[in-house]
Amino acid sequence: MPGYTFAEKALARAAGAATARAGETLDVRPDVIFSHDNSAAIRRIFEKIGAPRIAHPERMIFTLDHAVPAPTTQHAQNHAEIRAFAAENGIRWFEVGRGICHQVISEEALVLPGQVILGADSHSTHFGWLGAFGMGVGRTEMAALWATGELWMRVPEAMRVTLTGRLADGVTAKDAALKLIGDRGADGGDYRSIEFDGDALPLLSLEERMVIPNMMAEFGAMNAYLPPDEAVFNYLRTRGAGDFTPLYPDADAVYSEHYTLDLGTLDPQIALPHSPDNVVSLREALGQPVQQAFLGTCTNGRLEDLLAAARVLRGQRVRCRMVVIPASSEVLLAATQDGTLATLLAAGATISTPGCGPCMGNHMGVPAPNEATISSANRNFKGRMGTADAPIYLASPYVVAASAIAGAIADPREYF
Amino acid sequence: MTTHRVWVYDDNVNTDVIFPGKYTYTLKTPDEIAAHALEDLDPRFTAEAQPGDVIVAGRNWGCGSSREQAVTALKYRGVTVIVAASFSGLYARNCINQGVLPIICPQARELLSTGDTLDLDLAGGTLLIKGQRFAFARLSPSVQAIYEAGGLLPMLQRRFSDQGAP
Ligand code: SF4
Repeated sequence: MPGYTFAEKALARAAGAATARAGETLDVRPDVIFSHDNSAAIRRIFEKIGAPRIAHPERMIFTLDHAVPAPTTQHAQNHAEIRAFAAENGIRWFEVGRGICHQVISEEALVLPGQVILGADSHSTHFGWLGAFGMGVGRTEMAALWATGELWMRVPEAMRVTLTGRLADGVTAKDAALKLIGDRGADGGDYRSIEFDGDALPLLSLEERMVIPNMMAEFGAMNAYLPPDEAVFNYLRTRGAGDFTPLYPDADAVYSEHYTLDLGTLDPQIALPHSPDNVVSLREALGQPVQQAFLGTCTNGRLEDLLAAARVLRGQRVRCRMVVIPASSEVLLAATQDGTLATLLAAGATISTPGCGPCMGNHMGVPAPNEATISSANRNFKGRMGTADAPIYLASPYVVAASAIAGAIADPREYF
Repeated sequence: MTTHRVWVYDDNVNTDVIFPGKYTYTLKTPDEIAAHALEDLDPRFTAEAQPGDVIVAGRNWGCGSSREQAVTALKYRGVTVIVAASFSGLYARNCINQGVLPIICPQARELLSTGDTLDLDLAGGTLLIKGQRFAFARLSPSVQAIYEAGGLLPMLQRRFSDQGAP
């Protein structure tokens, strides 16, 4: 008998089964479920189900993050409904400005290694950074989870991705993720569990590790997993986490594909419009004009990302508008206290409320037709930022900052 | 066997063009949602699609967001079957949960152009396209039960009404 993948172990545990194999359909009972500004819409579906009550309010989390502070009366009404429903049902929720769901739930240590977390958001793969099984679900699925506490899931096959070597200066985990997606395509993950290993992982900071599973949503992954180590356990413990049992795949687990990437040979990457797998080496895109630079999102809106931008922008002036949106209030506070924010502001960038900002085109940086944006986000589909004919380039915070200075796609290493 | 007019699209059609994200918190009624289906990709679909029409696509149909409106916008336009070379996993789940059938058929897109027709034998699990017959994989029994109930919502409604009011 071969060993088990992480996904097989995590889903068996959450389904109360002794073991599970890829291909089996299980009723899984997640440890944590969350939704964001879509919670009011989920509530309307929940009410149609006719369940007498919410099965497990203590497992639920709401964050107000996708359009915050409310840009219109309609959005405000939506937020008001969510606050009222949370209060009525004793559901934990986070107010406008606290930050983006994935970041806030991580900072609050509300999900732990080995657990299953299902979010009404496609980037719920994010939680693989701490060794949890994170998966995005639709609104009806989330309403079903409120009503019953469980959901049907097909145990996925798994792909192993081995990262070796050490990143060169100016090259980041974002570049590694873009490279993988570019090489294998937007459906390269094929709704499998993408399980990482390799000697590069312990060398990555925790914030860098968060980027990789977050981006795996663009790879078509069901979930993504990094083996958690002492650095992760410390992060969680200092944030008040209780006991947990991390899960690791067996050495003889079955993987349907094995991909290896030497981070030491990697150079900066960029995704060209209009797909995150339209990836080339940064040098092939240098000089393309941009009218807006956007630094933020659940992918690259953390302190290290702001620090990277500040390193490039110190003593420089941006030539195009640059919108900076910290991923959480904690990030904003830290960047205020350590002077990072002052550096960014002095260079001519502007700052907005922690949250998703213009990432999905709601507000706070929607481009005009034909204006190009260089963004640290994860997704550059046509129309993603709210305007159909507005090209979006995806790259690391370094590249975003350098391009803001040049008003065109630029190599950050020239500013080091 | 039923006959359906088809709308044919490429690989990697994403949820942002099927239903733009900017509408996700503002449009609520089925008619409003249906009115914007595919508007950034194919305004002709938005204007002319009829109930019973079938979408035929290449690989990775519905990649991107988990938003269900990318399924319901089409369903409210009367599309209840989507044939693709492959689907994004999240999108295929959303289809089942909404009572829309995702059919995997790698050849369909090469054989068909928008405006052509295909024949579908749901019970027999076959597609008839330009004289060629293609069998498609059936759903697993527990997933089939959700689809047959019309989706996850009607299935749960039945379950909770059978349990009686609290
Ligand atoms: S920042 Fe963007 S990708 Fe992340 S949760 Fe918000 S809208 Fe989604």
